Amino acid sequence: MEYILSVATVAGINIIMALSFYAPFMTGQVSLAQAGFAAIGAYSAAVCTVKFGIPYIPAVIIGGVVAGVVGFILGIPALRIKGIYLLLLTLGFGEIVRVIFINIEYVGGAAGFPGIPYQENTFFYAYGLVLILIVCFERLRNSRMGRAMRAVGDDETAAEINGINITAVKLKAFAAGAFIAGMGGGILAHFQEFIEPLMFGVMHSVEYIVFAIFGGVQVFWGPIFGAIVLSFVPEFFRFVQAWRHEIYGALLIVMMIIKPEGVITNDSVRFIKKIFRGS
Amino acid sequence: MILEIREVGKVFGGFCALQNVSIRVEEGKIHAIIGPNGAGKTTLFNLISGMFDISHGEIHYRDKRLNGLRPDIRAELGIGRTFQIVRLFPSMTVLENVMVGRHCRTHSGLLKTFFHFPLGESSEEKQIRNNAMQWLEFVGMTHRAQQVAANLPHPEQRRVEIARALALDPDLLLLDEPAAGMNPKETMDLDALIVKINGMGKTILLIEHNMNLVMGISEIISVLNFGEKIVEGTPAEVKENPAVIEAYLGKKRN
Amino acid sequence: MFIQQLINGLMLGSTYSLVAIGYALIFGVLGLLHFAHGEVLMVGAFMGLYIILWTGLPLYIALPLTMVVTGILGMIIQFLAIRPLKKNFHLAPLLSTIGVTIILQNLAVKIFGGYGTRFPDTIAMDNIMLGPYMVSSVKLIIMGISLLLMVIFYLIIKKTKLGKAMRALAESHLTAGFLGVNVERTVFLTFGIASALAGAAGVMIGVSYSAISPFIGLTFALKGLVVMLLGGMGNVVGAMIGGLILGVAEVLSITLLPTEVNLQDIFSFGIMIIILIFKPTGLFGSKQN
Ligand SMILES: Nc1ncnc2c1ncn2[C@@H]1O[C@H](COP(=O)(O)OP(=O)(O)O)[C@@H](O)[C@H]1O
Ligand SMILES: [Mg+2]
Repeated sequence: MEYILSVATVAGINIIMALSFYAPFMTGQVSLAQAGFAAIGAYSAAVCTVKFGIPYIPAVIIGGVVAGVVGFILGIPALRIKGIYLLLLTLGFGEIVRVIFINIEYVGGAAGFPGIPYQENTFFYAYGLVLILIVCFERLRNSRMGRAMRAVGDDETAAEINGINITAVKLKAFAAGAFIAGMGGGILAHFQEFIEPLMFGVMHSVEYIVFAIFGGVQVFWGPIFGAIVLSFVPEFFRFVQAWRHEIYGALLIVMMIIKPEGVITNDSVRFIKKIFRGS
Repeated sequence: MILEIREVGKVFGGFCALQNVSIRVEEGKIHAIIGPNGAGKTTLFNLISGMFDISHGEIHYRDKRLNGLRPDIRAELGIGRTFQIVRLFPSMTVLENVMVGRHCRTHSGLLKTFFHFPLGESSEEKQIRNNAMQWLEFVGMTHRAQQVAANLPHPEQRRVEIARALALDPDLLLLDEPAAGMNPKETMDLDALIVKINGMGKTILLIEHNMNLVMGISEIISVLNFGEKIVEGTPAEVKENPAVIEAYLGKKRN
Repeated sequence: MFIQQLINGLMLGSTYSLVAIGYALIFGVLGLLHFAHGEVLMVGAFMGLYIILWTGLPLYIALPLTMVVTGILGMIIQFLAIRPLKKNFHLAPLLSTIGVTIILQNLAVKIFGGYGTRFPDTIAMDNIMLGPYMVSSVKLIIMGISLLLMVIFYLIIKKTKLGKAMRALAESHLTAGFLGVNVERTVFLTFGIASALAGAAGVMIGVSYSAISPFIGLTFALKGLVVMLLGGMGNVVGAMIGGLILGVAEVLSITLLPTEVNLQDIFSFGIMIIILIFKPTGLFGSKQN
C-alpha cells in the first residue's frame, strides 16, 4: 500500500511537470528547460524551509514564484526566436541552471542538499495542485486568454493580425509553465528529502515531453493521461521497469510515426463527455 | 479619408516589390486594388496590416501614423484583414475562430480566467460568444459553428475568415482575393456579402482578380503593375485606360 | 603559454568541428535537428574502444571500421525513425530522434555500465616539441586526422555527384527533385556521412580523454550544437571554423577565468545563449528554413 502510494505521488508530481511543459507548448513553444525550472523551485523551496523555517505551503509557492520570475526573464529573449532555436536556448538554460547549482556551496553544491523536511502528505498536496491545475486549464480552454494561446500556437501571424499581442501571450505562457514546474520541484524536494543537481538534467525535461506527447497535446488531459500511464505502467510490470527508458524512446518514435497527435485528442474528450452526460 | 498611403516602397533583399505608391482611401468606399500577379498587392496589404516593416514612405490611418506599430495594435485601431490563402486557426471550431476576433475588444486576463465567480461561463465570455454568433449569422455560417475549421470547404472557410475579421469591429477591412477559387454562384454571394458589409459603413480595400466582381462593386480602383501604381480611377475610367489594358486586361482577354 | 593554449584549443576544437559538421549537414539538407547525433558519437567511442580492446587493431584501422559502423547506424536511424514520419507535424523528427537518444543512451548504460571506461593507450603518449611548444602526440594525431577528414568531407561536398545532390537538396527539395536528384537515397547517405564523422569524433574523444561513458553523447551533442549555431545553422564550413573557435575559446577560458568555479561547463552554453539572443544566424550566416 505504501508502495502504491509512493508511486501515485510520483505520478502526481509527473502530472504537474507534464502540465508545466504543456502551458508554453500551447502557444507553440517547445521547452527543454522544465527540469531546470523544477530545480530552481526545488532549491528555493528547500532553502525556505531548511534555512528560514518557512512553512511548507508558502515555501512551495515561493519556489514556484522564483521559477516563474526566472522563466519570465528567460522568456523575453525566447520570444525573438522560434522552433529549433528556442529548443536550443531552453536546453542551454536547463544545463546552465544545473551547473550553477553544482557551484553554489550554500545549497550543498555537487554533493546535493540534504535534510529537507519530509512532507508526509505529499500525495494530497501534489494531487491538490493537480486538481487546481485541472480547474485552471479547463477554465482556460473556454476563455479569452486560452483561445488566444491556442490561436498563437496554431498560427502566430493570423493571431497577431486578429489583435492578439503574441509577445505577451507567449511570455505569460512561458512564465506560467516555469511557475508550475517550480512548484512541482518544491513538492518533489520535500518528498525526496534530498535534492542534487543531477536530478534535474535535460533528460528529465525530455521525459516530461514524452509524457505530454504520448498523452496528446490537443487538450490538457493528454499530458495528464500520459504522465499517469507512463508513471504507473513501469511500476507494475517488472520487465517494463527494467526497460522503462528504452520503451519510452520506442514509444515516442512509434507515436510520431502512427499517431503524432497523441492518445487523447479533442475527439476522445468529446466522446467521453458524451458518455458522462449519458446522451 | 480613412487611410493614406504616402510614397510607400518595400524592398526585399535588393528586390523592389513596391515603389513610390500613394493611395488615398476614402471613408465608406469600396476601393479595389488590381494588377497582375506579383504586382505587389499582397505586399501592400502586409505593409498596411503591419506584417512587414515598411522600407520607404508612410502609412496613416485616420490621424495615426502606422509605421512601426505592431500588427495587433493596428487591428485594435480598427484594421481587419483576410489572407489570400485562408488562414483560420485549424485546430479550433468555427465559432472559436470568430471568438478570437473579439480578443482585442475584451479584457479578461489570466487571473480573471482562473478566479472568476460564480462558476460557469463569465458574463464577458457570454458576450463574446453572442457577438461571434451574430457575425456567423451575418455571413450565414451558424450551421457550422461547432465544426473544426480545418474541415470546412474552402468557400465556407473564407466566410468564416471574414466573420473573424468583422468580429474585431474594424472600420477598414482588407480583403485579399476573397473570390479566389470560387465558382460564379459563390462569387455572386460573396459580392453581395461585401456590399452588405460596406452598407454597415465599413470601408473596404479589396484585392481581386475577378474583373466582374471588381467592376461591379467598387467605386474606385487603383492599378498596380511591377510595384508601381500606374492608374487610378472609377471602374469606367480604368476599363478604358490603355495602360491598364496592356498591363492587365489585355492579358486576360487573350 | 598563450600559443601553447592556442594549439591545445585548436586540437579540442577540431573534434567539435567533426560533430558540428554532422549537425549542420543534416540541418542543411533536411532542415531538422538530429537530436540523437551525440548518441551516435557515443556509440562510435565505445565501438572504437572495443575494437581496439578485443582485436588489438591499431587506431588507423579501428577508426575507419568505427566510421563504417556508425555510418550504418545513422542510416538505420534515418530509415526507422525519420523516413516513416508524416510531414504534417513539424516537431515529429525532433521528438522521434529524442526517442532514439533515450534508447541508445540507456542501452549503452546497460551494456557498458554507467561509469567511465578507460580507453587503452594505443598511441605512445610522449610529448613532441614543436619549436618551443610542447604538444602531446595524441592530440597532434587527433588534430591531423580531424583536419584530414574535414578536407575529405569538403571534397565530397564540392566535387562529387553526391555532394552536388546534397547541395541541391539544401537549396530546395522541390528543385532537387526536378533536377533528377534521388532524394531518398541522398538523404540516406547524408545521414551515413554525418554519422560516420560523429563516429570518428567519438573515437578521437575517447583516445584523448582516455575515458568514456554513455553520457558523453549529450555533452558533445551540446558542444556540437553550440558550434553549429556559432557557424550558422546548416552551414558546414561555418561548423568547421566554429568548432575551432569554440575549442580555443574554451581552453583560453579555463586559463583566464578564476578556477574556483566550474565555469568552463557553462561557458559554451553562455556562448550559445548569447548567439541565440543577439545573432541567431551565427557568425557565417545560416540556411533560411
Ligand atoms: N516575403 C517576401 N520575401 C521576398 N519577396 C517577396 C516576399 N513577399 C512578396 N515578395 C515578392 O514581391 C513581389 C510582389 O508579391 P505580391 O505582393 O505577393 O504580389 P501580388 O499579391 O500582387 O500577386 C513578388 O515578386 C514576390 O515574389
Ligand atoms: Mg497576392
